[in-house]
Amino acid sequence: MKKISLSSVLSQLLLLFFVIVWIIPTFGLFISSLRDKDLLAISGWWTALTTTEINEIYRMSGMEAQIEEDGYFKIKGKLFEENSGKKIESFGINSKKINEFKIGDIAIFKDESEVILDEDGNYEWRSKSEFQKKKGKRLFTTSLSPPSFTFENYREVLFKEGIGRAFINTMAVALPSTLIPLIICSFFAYSLTWMRFYGRDTLLAIIIASLVVPLQMSLIPILTIYNDFGALFGVAAKSYPGVWMAHTGFGLASTTFLLRNFLKSLPNEMMEAAKVDGASHYDIFLRIIIPLSIPAFASIFILQFLWCWNDLLVGLVFLDQVPSEIILTAKLKELLGSRGENWEILTTGAFVSMTVPLFIFFALQRYFIRGLVAGSVKG
Amino acid sequence: MTILNLLFIVFLGILFFIAYFHISNYLLDSYGGKSVKRYNIENSIRVIVFIAPAFIVLFVFILYPVFETIRLSFYDKFGREFVGLYNYKWAVNDPEFRRSILNNLVWLLVVPTLSTFFGLVIANLADRIWWGSIAKSIIFMPMAISFVGAGVIWKFIYEYRGPDNTQIGLLNAIIVSLGYEPQAWLTIPIWNNFFLMAIMIWIQTGLALVIFSAALRSIPKEMLEAARIDGASELKIFFSIIIPYLEQTILVIWTLITIIVLRIFDIIFAMTNGEWQTGVLANLMYDWMFRGGGDSGRGSVLAIVIMIGVIPILAWNLYKHRQEQKI
Repeated sequence: MKKISLSSVLSQLLLLFFVIVWIIPTFGLFISSLRDKDLLAISGWWTALTTTEINEIYRMSGMEAQIEEDGYFKIKGKLFEENSGKKIESFGINSKKINEFKIGDIAIFKDESEVILDEDGNYEWRSKSEFQKKKGKRLFTTSLSPPSFTFENYREVLFKEGIGRAFINTMAVALPSTLIPLIICSFFAYSLTWMRFYGRDTLLAIIIASLVVPLQMSLIPILTIYNDFGALFGVAAKSYPGVWMAHTGFGLASTTFLLRNFLKSLPNEMMEAAKVDGASHYDIFLRIIIPLSIPAFASIFILQFLWCWNDLLVGLVFLDQVPSEIILTAKLKELLGSRGENWEILTTGAFVSMTVPLFIFFALQRYFIRGLVAGSVKG
Repeated sequence: MTILNLLFIVFLGILFFIAYFHISNYLLDSYGGKSVKRYNIENSIRVIVFIAPAFIVLFVFILYPVFETIRLSFYDKFGREFVGLYNYKWAVNDPEFRRSILNNLVWLLVVPTLSTFFGLVIANLADRIWWGSIAKSIIFMPMAISFVGAGVIWKFIYEYRGPDNTQIGLLNAIIVSLGYEPQAWLTIPIWNNFFLMAIMIWIQTGLALVIFSAALRSIPKEMLEAARIDGASELKIFFSIIIPYLEQTILVIWTLITIIVLRIFDIIFAMTNGEWQTGVLANLMYDWMFRGGGDSGRGSVLAIVIMIGVIPILAWNLYKHRQEQKI
């Protein structure tokens, strides 16, 4: 018995190891998206719950701010915002000795002016003679910042960086790109299963052959068609209807294939009985097929929707990269180039783009897995 | 385009297809059924009504492009002049192309193999542990997110800061805490490919996991019990019973991931854009679609090379799929 429990403990540990390795990247992204951007830039997300030491450089105000008081010329001010929560530990007036003074010490500059500083960043700079320079002197501070979480990054990303609009664009791409193939393929699959006509088997063979054609084969000719079409009618060649139809085209073979496999499993007697009662194919389709196919539709819908939502290539080739058309993945890629150092924007943007897939994943996991297992044939 | 306009177009687009089917079928219903002749006409028209939209889309987006791409591969960059095998000769002699082929091959060797292996191991572990289904959910989760999103997640892990700064990338933080120099991982040729592959393995293991989980249940419990009573260790059972029993499933999953990897584009495009010798075929193709105003000849050759790689594997996979359905 002892041996079994040992191996059970070992397998639990091994599985735990896998789980931790798999969850950490996403978890780190999520934590980072909620952190204050200044802290994010200088400390790892795993230190998010600890106090962080920050070294900063501030410049005091210049001569315009000076007042005369008690025989001194004084400049008073604040180095940073009141509610930032930062507490200054030490400061310096020289970049070589940034920790020279403690709070409460009087630091004396070469020109004999002196400065005192409190831990909240309030300073008083005074001199016997009048200040002459437009720019104030620099202070080097070392402060401790408590853990700080904020939704500020989300507000910034959604409304200022254009991710909010890209989110809507992606929805406007993905929803029709899922529903249109579902509509036309369900009729197509129905006719391939339940209608008799010349060339049916050939058509089915063509569908199956189309499954092996990779997306890349279609890109250049379709782009040419779109450009010619645009030039002919004088409209923007790349736009939403174009991208819907492209997604429909690329998802058509696999959607039809899956739906046909499902429809084939329905009992033939039911259709025959309905036909005898005088129902047309359309009646049968609406009253019998659709209600019976809801679970299959759900799986295929989720699969195709996630595929369109997560797609980059089709959105890149068939949409203009302008704010009113750019999709989330393309926007993220753009931000990776232009804001590569601004991790608060990247992590938050990535997390926003993941919200819909994650919601679908957790809410509809069963259908997702079923569709994935059945639909692993997409070309 | 304002958001309201967009909403309107989306609505209109979907409505268009519903209306097409509804109106045409409504007209047919009211026309047919009155005599045998009308009934026959109605039926043949209805076949066309049902098939036409899908067939037109299939023709325009798949069938025609296949032949057009093959034709373009023999033409110059504008697709106007016939140049014979020139584009193919260019590809064979192009160092970038060779590099891409090589990278693609390494991807094909590493990613499907490791994803399948991890998937099998994790499925096997999770099957016997009470919190296994939660573990499976977590490991499966990356399947739901986009390659670009995964790219951002991992770029953050690989983030590099100079040796004097605090490392905010997890990998460099670990390296530094062990006393080594931080590295800009994605810019070290050869090795950077493996850092990119790690992302794909992280994603695809979930796919292998769910399929294996389903397959594991098909192994007769008695067989495992008997082996345990005979004193076989779990490791022995794994290698001598489970792996041979799941051989077919392993092959199917391996080919499945191979096909996905053959067309891999997003991760490399987002992370390195093919720099530092990380390019693969799909990226090179995208590049040639637009480089220097676009070269449809070279782009087409690259597309064909991808297709030639995909066809045998996917055909085999489909063949297996159909065989299973017959049983």
